[in-house]
Amino acid sequence: MTQTRPSLPVLAVGSTALMSAALLAIFFVAEQDADQGLSQKIFFFHVPIALTAYACFGLGAWKALRVLWTRGERYDLESYTAIHQGTIFGALTLITGCIWAKASWGVWWTWSSNQLVLFLVLFLFYCAYFMLRFSVEDGPRRERVSAVYALFGVALIPVSFFAIRLANDFIHPTVFTREGPQMTGRMFLAFSVAWAAIFALAYVMYRVELAGKRTDAHLRELREALAR
Amino acid sequence: MTAAEKYVAATYGVVFLFVLVWVAIMAAKLARLERETAELAQLARERQADG
Amino acid sequence: MNDYLGDVAALARKDLALELRARDTLPAMVLFVLSTLVVFHFALPRDAGDEAAYGLLWVAIVFTALLGLSRAWVPESRDGAIDALVLATRDRSAIWVAKTLAALAFLAVAELVALPAFALLFAPLDAAAVAGAALASIGLCVVGSLAAALASAGRGREVVLPLLVLPLSIPLVVGGVGASISPQAGDYLLFLGVYDAVFAILSWASFEYVITE
Repeated sequence: MTQTRPSLPVLAVGSTALMSAALLAIFFVAEQDADQGLSQKIFFFHVPIALTAYACFGLGAWKALRVLWTRGERYDLESYTAIHQGTIFGALTLITGCIWAKASWGVWWTWSSNQLVLFLVLFLFYCAYFMLRFSVEDGPRRERVSAVYALFGVALIPVSFFAIRLANDFIHPTVFTREGPQMTGRMFLAFSVAWAAIFALAYVMYRVELAGKRTDAHLRELREALAR
Repeated sequence: MTAAEKYVAATYGVVFLFVLVWVAIMAAKLARLERETAELAQLARERQADG
Repeated sequence: MNDYLGDVAALARKDLALELRARDTLPAMVLFVLSTLVVFHFALPRDAGDEAAYGLLWVAIVFTALLGLSRAWVPESRDGAIDALVLATRDRSAIWVAKTLAALAFLAVAELVALPAFALLFAPLDAAAVAGAALASIGLCVVGSLAAALASAGRGREVVLPLLVLPLSIPLVVGGVGASISPQAGDYLLFLGVYDAVFAILSWASFEYVITE
């Protein structure tokens, strides 16, 4: 398989370096927020994790489109793995979001945080992706069915976002402002490094999982060839 | 530790734990792949011996 | 184009004719939605406002739609009938259009009973609420038909279908409830319209890929 992209060990080392830099930046470079205190540090991981989850779902949808266009099995595996990563980071978004909510507002959950509610909906949607995928037998049909569902997912993201915004009109939210603190230059630097680090981590996990799935597929082929 | 420190620690701890669990799952998968490859290598050897 | 519409009409007529003869799905849907509404009366606390009731109406409609959708695909799942349909039509998306129209017809009949019953038992429904019901029902059938096709590809269809539809139905519930209770009902109706358009196009375009082996 042509590998014009960077090799996995290089990526892993780079990701480790980035993560170290991120942790340094978050705890030693960025100043402590005047209003929120130490708990603002949660934000440095929570938001990049959320953004990474969106990116994974987007990648999954893009690969799904390729599945439908070119009917390659490799795109199916890539789409599946991307969505799997997205679900992992989505779950992390929800958990860190709950911790953030508790630290900031004293409640573990609030329906007025649009981002959290959106993630809950998406998390349910993408969990159903796996239910669907595992109910269909292996083969081109499963690839296409998964791909179509993945595409529906990205269509759902903006639609749900607006739905949740609209829903707040009649759910009468309490006055919780969204987590958009005014960042100083150093905070922004720490945020950027953290985002890059989480992104890199997700990508390394994606590539490792993909390698595992591909090896699985190859082994199956080998087994069939040898059994004859 | 203050409450805020606990929450921050919990956040970073949860991320770390997720990655560790993922590593554990990958390790199990790798062990299975290793076993299957060994089986296939054995099969191939037998095939070759049969000529 | 005439061929396409002809295919759609023929397929939709087939589903409706099957239902008229068997008469099992539609009475079930009507009875289900009425029973659910009665259960909700007991589920609501005494001092709950009208607004809570509108929310429950939408839960009832979504689950009634799910009932109808899962029944709509049963004829095709037997004896490879779906392959016959695929061979018979020139453009397979016509199957999706026909299924959506048939499901919509069933849901509309169920709502013709449910909405007046709701207005009688719980709270009044104005024109905006009914418009919201119409638009949201369209949306439900649009994604529901595609989801039913997705679910039919595998095992455990009856369980998988609700899992696929429920997250997709959340915006529709928001739109429907909002149209019933919000002073700016127009916003919600517009939102429902956009949802219907976006997902109709997406479902129509992707059906081809789902249905073929």
